[in-house]
Amino acid sequence: MYVAVKGGETAIRNAHKLLAKRRRGDTSVPALTLEQIAEQLSHSVARVMGEGSLYDETLAALAIKQARGDLIEAAFLMRAYRTTLPRFGYSEPVDTAAMLVERRISATYKDLPGGQVLGPTFDYSHRLLDFALAAEDGDAVPAAETAPVEDVGMPRVTDLLGDEGLIEPSSTDSGDAPVGDLTREPLSFPADRDLRLQNLARGDEGFLLALAYSTQRGYGRTHPFAGEIRYGEVEVEFFAEELGFAVTLGTIKVTECQMVNQFAGSAKAPPAFTRGYGLVFGQVERKAMSMAMVDRSLRWQELGEEPVAPAQDIEFVLSHSDNIQATGFVEHLKLPHYVDFQAELDLVRRMRDEWFEKRRQENGSGNTQEAAE
Amino acid sequence: MTDTASSTTPQDSATARQNVMAVLAAASPEAVAERFERLDAPPFGIVRQPETGLVMVRGRMGGTGSPFNLGEVTVTRCVIRLETGETGSAYSLGRNKKKALQSAVIDALWQCGEIRERIEAEVIAPLAAEQAAAKETVREETEATKVNFFTMVRGDN
Repeated sequence: MYVAVKGGETAIRNAHKLLAKRRRGDTSVPALTLEQIAEQLSHSVARVMGEGSLYDETLAALAIKQARGDLIEAAFLMRAYRTTLPRFGYSEPVDTAAMLVERRISATYKDLPGGQVLGPTFDYSHRLLDFALAAEDGDAVPAAETAPVEDVGMPRVTDLLGDEGLIEPSSTDSGDAPVGDLTREPLSFPADRDLRLQNLARGDEGFLLALAYSTQRGYGRTHPFAGEIRYGEVEVEFFAEELGFAVTLGTIKVTECQMVNQFAGSAKAPPAFTRGYGLVFGQVERKAMSMAMVDRSLRWQELGEEPVAPAQDIEFVLSHSDNIQATGFVEHLKLPHYVDFQAELDLVRRMRDEWFEKRRQENGSGNTQEAAE
Repeated sequence: MTDTASSTTPQDSATARQNVMAVLAAASPEAVAERFERLDAPPFGIVRQPETGLVMVRGRMGGTGSPFNLGEVTVTRCVIRLETGETGSAYSLGRNKKKALQSAVIDALWQCGEIRERIEAEVIAPLAAEQAAAKETVREETEATKVNFFTMVRGDN
């Protein structure tokens, strides 16, 4: 237990000054600008926006700069900042079918309407360090190739499967059902899929990656196929009460992953593929895929599967996915626990005294017995 | 009111205004400022000061199913009123208050019959064209990365 302490003000103030100096580093090296971070470290920015659960590229860049590149600390700063702002309301659900697509791939269909576009990806790169980037003139930007666009649209792969009835339909409710919001009520169990998806969307990438990996290695297999991954811009619409119509607030970049999983069938429903869904801020493909796989694992009950693995344990997964909560509890161990520890210290001393006393008595009586024999 | 404006239904008018607000929202603060400063805007009063807040963005399960909360965005909004009575609103992503104020004024001016054409021609159309061109570039660059995978067939065929 943590008990408040007083004192150390000067040390703390000096430590923060020192941090500011170390954060800046060698002043003969130019300082990073927020634009540089937002433009050139876009994956870091996306991760901080996703796990900070707040989409604002400039704020995320500032958080990364302030946190010296510690992305969990940066996400923490974003979460703290959001508590200072009023909530205007909820957007209309974004329409990912209408996305300005920058990347769209499917591992299930070779040919599909709209085709497969790789976009800006690390896939198929050789993972060799590019020393040209280290050189002074390494900033020369190659011109991107262009090609004439055929306007054929890009229907979702899951919609194509759905048209044939080969995949379970998307869950739909009456439309009036309340949508759970973790920023309004704390997580409680059992948690429905809306809360689970919100939790996963802001969950730690590494935690979700490890869980998704565990399902592939046999801890609750779901036999996933990457039905489709798409990344690009979607419009955010907000219904403005005072205007009486929806306004477009602008566009945000998101990655969507549709996992197509092993089929289930029952007396009531014919066999069909099942779904896992991932949607995250920015180009964060690894997390979108992991989210979709974990979403599918957590649906074991509704799909009549046996819970056998950690990735299926709703309470375990959702209670430990949030790296802000996790880091808070782990790192609070650094704070003074003197009172608590003093009590433990007294207890251990007393137990040791008792243990030695007991042993002395036993030895003492043993010796007497031996002597008597 | 111009002839074109008076012949439209309220729905058409709302849709046209939604488009104006969307174009302003999508424009950079610099682009809005540049166009705004050339307008010589008439005096106006502030109904609601530029204010930054949050909107919770929703997605749908599987893209088409029930909604869920994805995460928040920063949004700045503002409402002004011209001395001639028109009320202008602005809503856009980000935290730029100057852009919100200027966008609200442009929205109000667009609702004045006699100046609408000028706003359309000098502000909305050029901004919309820039935005469309930027999107087209993204589409063309993306299209150049289109792949055709060939499945390797085992055996003689």
